[in-house]
Amino acid sequence: MKKHVQQLGVAIGVIGLSFASTSIVAEPVDDKLIIDDEIEMISRAKAPEGHPLPEVISGWHYRTPETRAIETDTFQNPGMLGVEQGEEIWNTVEGSEGKSCASCHDDAATSMKGVGAAYPKWDEDSSKPINIEGRINKCRVENMGAEAYKFDKGGQKPLTAYIKHQSLGMPVELDLSQGEMQSWWDQGKETYYKRTGQLNLSCASCHEQNNGKYIRADHLSQGNVNGFPTYRLKQNKLISLHNRFRGCIRDTRAEFPAAFSDTLMGLEVYTTWRGTGLSVETPAVRQ
Amino acid sequence: MKTITNALSLVCVGLLASTTVLAADVAPNDVKFDGLSVNESLTGAAGDPDSGRKIFSNRKQGNCLACHANSDMNDQLFHGEVGPSLDGVAGRWQEPQLRTILVNAKAVFTEQTVMPGFYTLEVGADVREDLIGKTILSAQQVEDLVAYLMTLK
Ligand code: HEC
Ligand code: HEC
Ligand code: HEC
Repeated sequence: MKKHVQQLGVAIGVIGLSFASTSIVAEPVDDKLIIDDEIEMISRAKAPEGHPLPEVISGWHYRTPETRAIETDTFQNPGMLGVEQGEEIWNTVEGSEGKSCASCHDDAATSMKGVGAAYPKWDEDSSKPINIEGRINKCRVENMGAEAYKFDKGGQKPLTAYIKHQSLGMPVELDLSQGEMQSWWDQGKETYYKRTGQLNLSCASCHEQNNGKYIRADHLSQGNVNGFPTYRLKQNKLISLHNRFRGCIRDTRAEFPAAFSDTLMGLEVYTTWRGTGLSVETPAVRQ
Repeated sequence: MKTITNALSLVCVGLLASTTVLAADVAPNDVKFDGLSVNESLTGAAGDPDSGRKIFSNRKQGNCLACHANSDMNDQLFHGEVGPSLDGVAGRWQEPQLRTILVNAKAVFTEQTVMPGFYTLEVGADVREDLIGKTILSAQQVEDLVAYLMTLK
């Protein structure tokens, strides 16, 4: 008898599953992210129109109390060392033009405030979206006569963290009306729902259908990108967004796209949009 | 030198056994589905539940514990919750159905299920090159798991 019931359950499951898998969600922790008792972060926000979830929630809410506490204190946050390193690079002359970032942009606290909250942006010159890493390289090559940083090398991570940190607390908001941003959003969305690898999973399998649940020792979050580069305690260093993307795709046992490839730029545009309204947390602290 | 090559070929044999189809095994594309059931053993023999228990928690093999809690494994620290607890699963499904779930969960649940198919070539896009044409588990491993799940009464 029990078996028949179960089979019926399976048949019903066809209809009920999508409902069941999003409704039985262990709550992310109810807590407030306030940095240095000063900056109140928006770590939960009403989702933008067209978002599949009702509320967007920062990955901070899914971490342990210890990990969450580290992020609330900039003196404890080891990612701040990277930010300080970024500040040094900002003021260092490099390249054939004898210039530093500061030569043209002066004080980043003023010139870069809000910039990181609105990237990726449309780049007319390349007819593609450009992220902060790409914008740094563009200035290095075109304005400083210096070499572009290779992926995750040189000052790329600390300088990106430094620039994004100038928007700490400001809500993420993309302008999808620029250039062809919308079609890159579309392409990114396709990537997000594409099931890859031998394990046959998409980003949505974990971060949309199952956020709030544990996958072995990991508490699955919504996979929001508002904290990147993030400081990962497990790896003891800053982790760039495209590194994270590649790691998550690799874990499905798939070949992963190159950093800054069109595929991953589309994914950055789309996932950034999914976190619309969340404060920039860079450098966020994660496990 | 000789010992090294011997050792190497031994390792290779071990690897092959877990990824390619042995002559006696039913190949992934030849598995016969009878509704929700796969009636015949993929190896022609009964599996070994003790081996199945190890495959269940091994991260490089079944890694079932990533998504399923299982009280029989309370010695292991972390149990996932993406899928239902497998306590008493043998009372909910018959052996041929458990085999189907393991071979290709999509054949029992929906296309949307996040449970991977462990003995199917119906997989996702861009599969890692060295895994193309290979299943996650061997026929023997699936049978061992089926035998183990049947002990979860
Ligand atoms: C010779 C002057 C010059 C130097 C040196 C320079 N930049 Fe720029 N930068 C510019 C100009 C011009 C723009 C474009 C401004 C615009 O489009 O409004 C720009 C734009 C940017 C932007 C985008 C700002 C926005 O609002 O979207 C960032 C980020 C940036 N630069 C970072 C850097 C960094 C980091 C360095 C050092 C590695 C650097 N720049 C060095 C001239 C320079
Ligand atoms: C097998 C499940 C799984 C899949 C599939 C997966 N991820 Fe993840 N992802 C994780 C886990 C586990 C973590 C670490 C815990 C957390 O934040 O969810 C993580 C973390 C992240 C983070 C960091 C979140 C933060 O707060 O810092 C981002 C961003 C992310 N994933 C994006 C993606 C994208 C984009 C895809 C699809 C290309 C993807 N993930 C696919 C399991 C997965
Ligand atoms: C990525 C997560 C994931 C992994 C890994 C996984 N499963 Fe599942 N499994 C599920 C989900 C989810 C369901 C529920 C069916 C559904 O909702 O699609 C399920 C259902 C089942 C069921 C039916 C349970 C019941 O009570 O009705 C069995 C049996 C099962 N899985 C066995 C296994 C075994 C054995 C392994 C390891 C070889 C495994 N699963 C690996 C996600 C997973």
